[in-house]
Amino acid sequence: MAENATTGDLQSIPALLARNAAKWGGLPAFREKEFGIWQSWTWAETADEVRAIALGFLTLGIDRGDHVAIIGRNRPALYWSMVAAEMCGAVPVPLYQDAVAEEMAYVLEHCGARFIVAGDQEQVDKVLEVQEALGDKSTQIHHIAYLDKRGMRKYDHTRMNALADIAAEGRAAAQRVGPELDKRIAELTYDHTCVMLYTSGTTGKPKGVVLSNRNIIETAKNSAAFDHLKRDDEVLAYLPMAWVGDFIFSVGQAFWTGFTVNCPENAATMMTDLREIGPTYFFAPPRVFEGQLTNVMIRMEDAGRLKKRMFDHYMGIARRVGPAILDGKPVSGMDRFRYWLGDLLVYGPLKNTLGFSRVRVGYTAGEAIGPEIFDFYRSLGINLKQLYGQTEASVFITQQPDGEVRSDTVGVPSPGVEVKISDNGEVFYRSPGTFVEYYKNAESTASTKDAEGWVATGDAGFFEEGTGHLRIIDRAKDVGKMADGTLFAPKYVENKLKFYPNILEAVVFGAGRNMCTAFINIDLNAVGNWAERNNIAYASYQELAGHPKVYEMIQSHVEDVNKSVAADPMLAGCQIHRFLILHKELDADDGELTRTRKVRRKIIEEKFADLIDALYGGKDEIYTETEVTYEDGRKGKIKATLTLRDAKVERVAERMAAE
Amino acid sequence: MKDMNSEGYTTADGRKIGGVLMEMKNITLRFGGVAAITDISFDIRDGEIRAIIGPNGAGKSSMLNVISGFYVPQEGEVWFKGYKRGPMKPYQVARLGIARTFQNIALFDGMSVLDNIMTGRLTLMKSGLLSQAMWWGGAQREETEHREKVEKIIDFLEIQSIRKTPVGRLPYGLKKRVELARALAAEPKLLLLDEPMAGMNVEEKEDMCRFILDVNDEFGTTIALIEHDMGVVMDLSDRVVVMDYGKKIGDGTPDEVRSNPDVINAYLGVSHD
Repeated sequence: MAENATTGDLQSIPALLARNAAKWGGLPAFREKEFGIWQSWTWAETADEVRAIALGFLTLGIDRGDHVAIIGRNRPALYWSMVAAEMCGAVPVPLYQDAVAEEMAYVLEHCGARFIVAGDQEQVDKVLEVQEALGDKSTQIHHIAYLDKRGMRKYDHTRMNALADIAAEGRAAAQRVGPELDKRIAELTYDHTCVMLYTSGTTGKPKGVVLSNRNIIETAKNSAAFDHLKRDDEVLAYLPMAWVGDFIFSVGQAFWTGFTVNCPENAATMMTDLREIGPTYFFAPPRVFEGQLTNVMIRMEDAGRLKKRMFDHYMGIARRVGPAILDGKPVSGMDRFRYWLGDLLVYGPLKNTLGFSRVRVGYTAGEAIGPEIFDFYRSLGINLKQLYGQTEASVFITQQPDGEVRSDTVGVPSPGVEVKISDNGEVFYRSPGTFVEYYKNAESTASTKDAEGWVATGDAGFFEEGTGHLRIIDRAKDVGKMADGTLFAPKYVENKLKFYPNILEAVVFGAGRNMCTAFINIDLNAVGNWAERNNIAYASYQELAGHPKVYEMIQSHVEDVNKSVAADPMLAGCQIHRFLILHKELDADDGELTRTRKVRRKIIEEKFADLIDALYGGKDEIYTETEVTYEDGRKGKIKATLTLRDAKVERVAERMAAE
Repeated sequence: MKDMNSEGYTTADGRKIGGVLMEMKNITLRFGGVAAITDISFDIRDGEIRAIIGPNGAGKSSMLNVISGFYVPQEGEVWFKGYKRGPMKPYQVARLGIARTFQNIALFDGMSVLDNIMTGRLTLMKSGLLSQAMWWGGAQREETEHREKVEKIIDFLEIQSIRKTPVGRLPYGLKKRVELARALAAEPKLLLLDEPMAGMNVEEKEDMCRFILDVNDEFGTTIALIEHDMGVVMDLSDRVVVMDYGKKIGDGTPDEVRSNPDVINAYLGVSHD
């Protein structure tokens, strides 16, 4: 079986592809829903397609070391293009497809991409815009390939054509350029670059992380063995292709174990497609799990009385015994029977609706997940676990083994990974997956990775005594001191706030100040539904966010959080004294969040400086104007008068001082 | 149409427009004593996007209804594909290759998006009522073929996520898109759009513009549209007819129309410089 195999000659993704085509030629490698039907490609067909694209690239004059930018939603042809690029000795660089042209410009210029594979007209337009902005260097982009022909007829095709046509040209030229391709494939070793991924970075310009075949294949091998991934597993590829996790799951592990990668029809159909495929191995950021749970709860609120009572009753049982059953701990026969009945009546149908009926291994990472949310899924019998990782590590640093799963840790070091905590509390790691370098940035490489290969994560954390599990507190640079010297860990508090379904996003301020304050973003879905049930009329997001009743509800959440924060003497200073509800959703298009939806503290602090001043200035109301960017890149302004509120805080600080 | 190519022209963005597809000759339409349209002539050429604009009550919708064959003018002639057209039933019009959308959305609210679009293919279905009801032989195969065509349109208009949703539950902008999809399902030669952007926000309008241009480009469908939004009309159309009080006061490219003093007076407002 694959998990016991040594890599041997399998030192590149193209080599794995050749093995899979020979070993599992007739079994499905990729599926994509199109025209309402799941289309599928076997490993043999995939190998054929990839080779055709690679031959096509050669006819276009691709050189070793060229960068090939991949821009689009998850589609088999884009994954094939990445592998085809590697076959030619070139470096695939997947980009975030929702990035606006300016963001794309930096990356395309930095990596000097000579070839582009774009999903559709929208992406091609952005690339052309970048090309124009490049001016003298506009010839840098040698050729653009696109997948979707729609709307492309009128474009100047001298240096552009459809990927399918490139593949067809490649097939026609097989005899001419085939030997050259075979030569280039044979050259590939463990040390060749497999992929380059740009980290979104909460600060500064994105950095190009170079990952070698060794990084990807060793990591895929270790992690596949850790979770016993098999040939017949199924994944749904729906997370951005530019994100390292997607590359590991949909290329690394998929090519190593030979399991099937399923691509949704489009972003909006993801939930339906999830249900149709029923993946056995599933990854989602906490946001997705939160969204699903919120949906379930909203729908249960609207359900009939009998259904609601049944749901509440059996969820109670599930919460009590579900996680224990999942972990294989002793549970009484009666409870096992009750749980079995609940599974028949509630959990089973619910899991089916969510698309989780077959999930054997589920992971969440990227952000902390609320304990209630985490426990909800685990109590249903879904083996949801946490992992901790980053691009520079080819994802895996720590992960939770089956049976040792908790919401407040991120698990034990992954196989082959060494982890240590420095004196100031920062987490360091060293592993076969550790990145080669930051592209064209030796300075950052040196400051991140030391001579012995230890990499600084930038996160503060500690190993729990007894269990050996790692706990992450916050970004090391975000952890600060307040004016009186007490510890300030904003993310810790923000996460507690975000665990409430009504709160989508929170930003806490307080470094160097005498008290903490917060910006709150409401969740339109949850709060909108709540408003409907309570007969609260509103015309816009802004109006709902400013509604006094909404303020009351959020205030009670903030005060609850204060109580829970106060319980931890080390962090009691982080209680929120004042808050406001923002008039707009924080958005990556406005630069307030990263593309992976992490808060960009600095930018928010600058952009909303007037609001922060008002919070600390003791005002009750403030008028503000905010610039927003629409999806098409145009800018507009939102004007609003915001209410500022005080929240009750627990007086523990004095008691502590007295002790 | 080859022999008519000499009459065609090339647009600013390089599209070749063919010969005359439809010609209106001296149309006059009266309701009782009121003349809604007085002596209007213009043509619609193969492959072009033709707009009809004018202030409220100018007779735009009446004109569209004459084109679609719903109204029969008292005077004048309508020529389509080189033949003079007499009074016709709606299904006859549909079979000729003319499809339309409505100003006030006219979809089946209780049916799914997919089923609504399938109704657009009704005139193209060949199997009889009985074999369709029995779901037997040719009917089954035919349905699959039609479904495939419909799925292509769903993909084209990017409405995959609402395929199975009842139309009644959709927001306005999406309903408009479904209506366009249904009209496209009939594979029309000439597509009539009655205020396709009415009541839409900026983003929905941009989407709709893109879809109209793409339909024209991808399927070569000739499009005649009525629209209030001047910006949209000027960006979208190859040639514009301007109406006022039932009379034609301008006809030409958007630039020509924009600088026509009569048009400025009647519709765009008098300029004071």
